Amino acid sequence: MSTTAIQPVPFGRRLKRFMADRPLIPLIILLVILVVVLQILRPGIVNERWLANTVKFAIPLAILAGCQTMTMLTGGIDLSVGTVATMSAFIMATQVVNHDPAVAILIALVPAVLIGLVNGIGVGVFRVHPLIMTLGTSLIGTGCLQVYQRTVIASGAKIPPFLAWLGTGLTYGVPNALLLFVPIAVLIVFTLNRTGFGRLLYAVGDNEGAARLSGVRYWQVISALYVISSVLAGITGLLYIGLIKAPSLSLAEPLVLPSVAAAVIGGTSIFGGRGGYTGTIIGALILTVLTTLLTILHMPEGARRILFGLIVLFVTAAYLRIIEDR
Amino acid sequence: MTTNPLLDATGVVKTYGAVVALRNASLSVLPGEVHALMGANGAGKSTLVKILTGAIRADAGHILIRGETRDVRSPADARRAGLLPVYQEPSLIPDLDVASNLRLTDTPVEPFRAWVRELGIPDLDIRDTARDIPLAVLRVLDLARALAVEPDVLLLDEMTAALPANLAEKVLEVVRRQGDSGRSVIFISHRFVEISALCDRATVLRDGETVGVVDIEPGVEERIVEMMLGAKIEKTRVAARQASQVASPGDSRPRLGVANLRVGSKLNDVSFDLVNGEVAGVVALEGQGQDELFAALAGSIRPSGGTIEVDGKPVKFAHPADAIRAGIAYVPGDRTEALTMQRSVRENIALPFSAALRNWGPISMAQERSRVVSAIERLQIDTRAQREVQRLSGGNQQKVTIARWIAAEAQTILCFDPTRGIDVGTKQEIYKLLRELADQGKSVLFYTSELEEVQRVCDRVIVIFGGRVVDVFPVELADEPALMRAAYGLPRGAKVDVGILADIHSSPVAKP
Amino acid sequence: MTRLVRRQGWVAGLLVLFVVLLVITRLIQPGYGSGDFGSLVRAVLPYAFAVAAQTIVVIAGGIDLSVGAMMALTSVTAASMMDGASEEYALFVVPFVLAMGLVLGAVNGMLIVVTRVPDIVVTLATLFVLQGAALLVLGAPGGAVAEWLRATIVGTVSIPGLPEISAWIPKALVLLVVCLCVIWIPLKRSKLGLSIYAIGSSELAAFRSGVPVARTKIIAYALSGLFAAMGGLALTMSTGIGAPIPGPYLLASVAAVVLGGVALGGGKGGLLGPIVAVFVLRLVRTDLTLLAIDPNVTAIIEGAIMVAVVMFGAFITMRGRQ
Repeated sequence: MSTTAIQPVPFGRRLKRFMADRPLIPLIILLVILVVVLQILRPGIVNERWLANTVKFAIPLAILAGCQTMTMLTGGIDLSVGTVATMSAFIMATQVVNHDPAVAILIALVPAVLIGLVNGIGVGVFRVHPLIMTLGTSLIGTGCLQVYQRTVIASGAKIPPFLAWLGTGLTYGVPNALLLFVPIAVLIVFTLNRTGFGRLLYAVGDNEGAARLSGVRYWQVISALYVISSVLAGITGLLYIGLIKAPSLSLAEPLVLPSVAAAVIGGTSIFGGRGGYTGTIIGALILTVLTTLLTILHMPEGARRILFGLIVLFVTAAYLRIIEDR
Repeated sequence: MTTNPLLDATGVVKTYGAVVALRNASLSVLPGEVHALMGANGAGKSTLVKILTGAIRADAGHILIRGETRDVRSPADARRAGLLPVYQEPSLIPDLDVASNLRLTDTPVEPFRAWVRELGIPDLDIRDTARDIPLAVLRVLDLARALAVEPDVLLLDEMTAALPANLAEKVLEVVRRQGDSGRSVIFISHRFVEISALCDRATVLRDGETVGVVDIEPGVEERIVEMMLGAKIEKTRVAARQASQVASPGDSRPRLGVANLRVGSKLNDVSFDLVNGEVAGVVALEGQGQDELFAALAGSIRPSGGTIEVDGKPVKFAHPADAIRAGIAYVPGDRTEALTMQRSVRENIALPFSAALRNWGPISMAQERSRVVSAIERLQIDTRAQREVQRLSGGNQQKVTIARWIAAEAQTILCFDPTRGIDVGTKQEIYKLLRELADQGKSVLFYTSELEEVQRVCDRVIVIFGGRVVDVFPVELADEPALMRAAYGLPRGAKVDVGILADIHSSPVAKP
Repeated sequence: MTRLVRRQGWVAGLLVLFVVLLVITRLIQPGYGSGDFGSLVRAVLPYAFAVAAQTIVVIAGGIDLSVGAMMALTSVTAASMMDGASEEYALFVVPFVLAMGLVLGAVNGMLIVVTRVPDIVVTLATLFVLQGAALLVLGAPGGAVAEWLRATIVGTVSIPGLPEISAWIPKALVLLVVCLCVIWIPLKRSKLGLSIYAIGSSELAAFRSGVPVARTKIIAYALSGLFAAMGGLALTMSTGIGAPIPGPYLLASVAAVVLGGVALGGGKGGLLGPIVAVFVLRLVRTDLTLLAIDPNVTAIIEGAIMVAVVMFGAFITMRGRQ
């Protein structure tokens, strides 16, 4: 019987461990591959204008995915972000007809705060499953918006020029939306890594009982979290309508599931306690590039959805292999 | 050797990523033998048991059962091969009743009932949902379920760790009889008393490697400890602490005053004081209300009556945060209750810093670092795997749970069985630490299920039985037989045989 | 006895609630009769199957976000296959579609087992895939259904001599009960059923008890797919066409599961509770419509009721735990 010698770590495992310690690397590699594929399929498409466009469309998705990231860290999810974004966009566009834009924006963010608060209380105090709670509030929100629409149908809607500037404008080829996004992104990353609140999000998501024994009041953290998530969604709505320029009752709805997907692809665990925002941003970029790719391939809508689903599944599975290393 | 081994495992290797759980483990069990598997925490005992019973797959190694190579791929395979385990965590399905659990595992009901009665639980209703059954009883049911299918090899992982003395005694009796009837038992335990009473041989693991197989005979403990730790250490049989060493309460007001505390039907009328500079022990059999006492003092549950005073002022705790603000910290017995396993050692220790609303803002990283590092150094936590607490060994995890409150400078620490299932070396460090805390003028309330710890650590000991304080001992009188008697609610001085532990320590009145 | 009350109390409460709601309905609309009840059951039918599909997966400790999409796909498949085909051809279509649901559900389960990706993500992905597939099969609502199939859910059963009672037993209800019982009752009594509860309650404990966790999970998802396919067929049978964009079945199924007393963690509850719950939810909607409330306001009220009930349920469980 010979004792097994300590074998040199095989290359595959070293690679995996490297990727586990730096989870962003595989994501960036995937993003680059997608861009390269795009360039091969349609040579010359990857230029400055395309880049600006991609970033412009990725930003609203990335902010909503930020909401998902933060709520997913606590083991939750916020499916009301689409409704909230739509509401604030629609209300702003209709209120701005009669009010100063600043006032209109403030009015528009009120329902966002309210929905966030209801979500937070439902999840934090009554302990409703976040999936149900936020689906429920989004249903209520959509209903309210439809009723509201009836009252303003006569007055019409418009989009304040500075929101259009922010949403679609370019300065020296750089999207103006970055003026809004960069501070938000920095703030989210800073909050998650360097503030007490961020620590609590991770702690609550990892082991709520342990957090409680350390003196953390769950309902406080969760209420604050869902209000923040909702307000971010409201701000996204304002930005998004500057980009789309057509208020509708289902404006931001198509962004909801991709926002969850972006956070998941970015490496945030849907069960809580693990993940971060930088991965999510790259996740949002990946999804945006992917959408372009599918569009230029003239995929029928059905085939596009199929491919989209398969890629979400594949990326998550691959990512899991890299992270787990066992 | 004339008899062939029933179970023979050699060269077993298991790695989790970079962490080597088993390097080269071997284990050979003869028919009819009770075989101890020993090793410090993280030596790989549980991993080996899980591999043998198909719960996890080994990376390499040969397993022979009755001389034939068997590839045990799942617990179901292991059952078919006659290997039945009782793991540390109960494996009954929590939401099914006991009867369904039996059906799920094809366990015959009548033998099961017989074993349950034999193991000292006369009144089990098998229609009870497993979730509603206390942990200690669940472990006994697990054992009964394994016994009912008459396995060739029974693997017991820390079977007695969470059991009250009366159940433990029955379990040990049954295990011993298994050996006599020709079946083999692999028995993992940290308790030498049990091993010397039960086992024929012992296999010792160190760092995932089998370092020796010894026959159990008087005086072998020394050798086993030596093998487990890899170097000769002094056997630290601390003499009973003398009365002079007991901190004299300088402050007239107690740090913590508990009067007539009641919690539901579990805790009826408990009163005691805890002063600064002392370690007060709490001793009780399983389920005598000690869990509720600690939970109430920690603010986890609300008492239904009585008062708690901190520094002379009455307090009401509605949430653990209230207790923490009053300087009272709770270290639960189960580490998984206290730790955020996917987060780093640093974040775990620093967690209480951020809890209050006013500390939600930016963290001063330098300040946090210095506080955390000093706590890590003080407890000598092995930080090689500090990125995730779940990669730490059990002993180190337990240290993190205590380090958190050292860093948070809690004045009073409630330790609930902090040494349960951790290795001898770490236990010693924890004893030392608790004494140091008391010497610095802090107060510690210390529940322990291992009676010998009382005299090593405590200044006095509060005995709880049936939800009441039945006795308060000065430490000089708190030897194990005396504590055991008190824990059974017997008056001091009575000479009654209360079980296997008393057997060993009061040899003059041993059973015929 | 107390054990029975504790276990079935929630379902009994729901049944009482349903009866109270029926009485209220009669009060609002004195003419509400067996015919209206029949149309309620027909409206409930696809929802009930969606709920059954969700329930079995939730009991197994998972969640299936693709229920609605699966119904859409099976519905358009059935509708487009039967379009222009003979009546007898439907005899082949029905088992084909059911088998398709079973297989696709099993694929869901296999993906979860093989990839080890959380079920919520896998079924989110298959939601996209199935929706896409439905759009490829039928770009817009269309197709047709065999007449005899439509007839199976229209009208009431006739029990000779008991016209009053049989008038209150719509064929759709019989179909629902038969379809659910044929699968659920043998399952519940079998070791497989126990295993499904076991993996939902504690996967680790189940594995250690010798339950084949992967296989059980795949079977649970396969059965879910089967129920969803029944839902898709029911949809086509009641509307006469197939629609590639799924209705609000996902939300309704999850809400009814929660309302029906099945814990979202898994391992608890039964099928009866969620089915009664979905009847309650649809009847509330009927009542609101009967009260001539603006459909948009109805949606708000419906959502608010759902949220309030779920909050109340969560509050009760929280109290129970303390």
